[in-house]
Amino acid sequence: MNGSKSRPEPAPRARRSLVASYLRDVPRSGIRDFFDIVSGRKDVISLGIGEPDFVTPWHIREASIFALDRGATSYTANLGLLELRERLADYVEQSFGVRYDPRAEVLVTVGVSEALDLAVRAILEPGDEVLYHEPCFVAYAPVVVFAHGRPVAVSTNPRDGFRLTRAMLEPRLAPRTRALLLNFPTNPTGAVMDPADLREIAALAVERDLIVITDEIYSELTYEGPRHSIAALPGMRERTVLLHGFSKAWAMTGFRIGYACAPAELIEAMMKIHQYTMMCAPILAQKAAIEALRNGAEDVESMRGEYLRRRNFIHAALNENGLPCHLPHGAFYAFPYIGDYGLSSKEFAVRLLEQQNVACVPGSAFGPTGEGYLRASYATDLESLKEAAARIGRFVKTLRRPRASRTRRPPPSGRA
Amino acid sequence: MDELLKLLKRNALESPANIAKMLKLSSREVKRRIADYERRGIIRGYQAIVNEDRLNLERVRAVIEIKITPEREGGFDRVAARISKFPEVESLFLMSGGYDLLAFVSGHHLRQVAGFVSEKLATIEGVLSTQTHFMLKTYKDQGVLMETEKEHERLQVSP
Repeated sequence: MNGSKSRPEPAPRARRSLVASYLRDVPRSGIRDFFDIVSGRKDVISLGIGEPDFVTPWHIREASIFALDRGATSYTANLGLLELRERLADYVEQSFGVRYDPRAEVLVTVGVSEALDLAVRAILEPGDEVLYHEPCFVAYAPVVVFAHGRPVAVSTNPRDGFRLTRAMLEPRLAPRTRALLLNFPTNPTGAVMDPADLREIAALAVERDLIVITDEIYSELTYEGPRHSIAALPGMRERTVLLHGFSKAWAMTGFRIGYACAPAELIEAMMKIHQYTMMCAPILAQKAAIEALRNGAEDVESMRGEYLRRRNFIHAALNENGLPCHLPHGAFYAFPYIGDYGLSSKEFAVRLLEQQNVACVPGSAFGPTGEGYLRASYATDLESLKEAAARIGRFVKTLRRPRASRTRRPPPSGRA
Repeated sequence: MDELLKLLKRNALESPANIAKMLKLSSREVKRRIADYERRGIIRGYQAIVNEDRLNLERVRAVIEIKITPEREGGFDRVAARISKFPEVESLFLMSGGYDLLAFVSGHHLRQVAGFVSEKLATIEGVLSTQTHFMLKTYKDQGVLMETEKEHERLQVSP
């Protein structure tokens, strides 16, 4: 070839890892590990499932089918269908008392997971720190790492019903603290915020110029008292990204529809990433979401009632069976304490699975502060819950409770 | 409707202990309320919902539209009460529209039901006409599907 003689041979390079280093260090989700243990077993009663056991209400599915029938197979606007954004703005205002402009302040995403990723990427400079409360949903810390930020966990505990307070946050504040991630009601603890605590945290965010990302995905599944969001508090609208979606309360996990509400500047930035990486959320799912907002309120209410009865049942049954459990005020998870039996939460979960064929996710999958707990999802039909509770009772009876560890047992707060 | 009744309507075999947990009541209180509903005649009975199509029974069911003359005192109720007493009649409703009463009846075979209609029902004073429809297959009864559809399976563990 022509230039081959004039150009010097490039020096051989040491082979680099195929995967970028910042990714290599992110551990696989503990849920994923446990999934591998469970799958392949037969006749398992699973309380390990983080999605509703209800099928999406028929009229919502039918709206999607109708749209498909009519040939709705195209892209939508990057922000999402305007009709959907208009209804979302109304719904958010109705629910939380804060108004967003559907043309510039609402972005429809592929699940709340995408919205969270966009929000974090849009606000962080490399090295910025993000506070989040733990035990928590498995994605929060990794998503911050993917955006080259530093996730900083703030431990919550059963004494406070796993709620977050300003006092817990203050020692973890640093010059690089940029944002605070909230998720109430919380997966996996079912914790709900006290309005007074929320106000103090809002004041802290204003004082320290923090952005708050609030994941409201379980908001409708609040069983006691009114729902509230930090976005509605004074001084917060301009510094909050409100994330919400249809997966949990409308039983629409597979539709993958979430959304973000935030000041226009932030939505514009998030939309930039979204338009180049995702284009738009699928149109058929957006059509379903419109129907969910138009006519889905009764479905949400009836599913909430069902979860509430199951919550009462599982809460009472776990406490009766020797697993002290605070009353979860929201979401669909019970989070019993299992630390009295001298087993790690993983050991406990694996033995429970092997001996009684009941799957619960070890608390440690939700961060180190989840150690000593088990997540028992009650998004499972009542008959299965009854059987699972009986099996858990039999399993616990086979364990010896070491005397010394009794003192470590947390006070069963909220055991109303 | 009371939560207790809703739970019983869904599953009448639900134990008072479980109902107590779900409603945050004591078992004693649940039993007391159930007994009270029974005593006041609000709970009328407990039955299994059976898919009889799968039992190969010698049995036919029919729906009968009945036109009647309302009486000066008592309206439709007296005729309806008389019809209700026949053991062949499983359910009876007063309807709006083209006829007055709708009866669900059953018998061992077609002739037996036909005989009931012509000899007993049609001869009751006040019954003007009847129209009988025989049932061929049950798909759903009292809110319960007669065939279980194969359900889509969720992942066994998810975040």
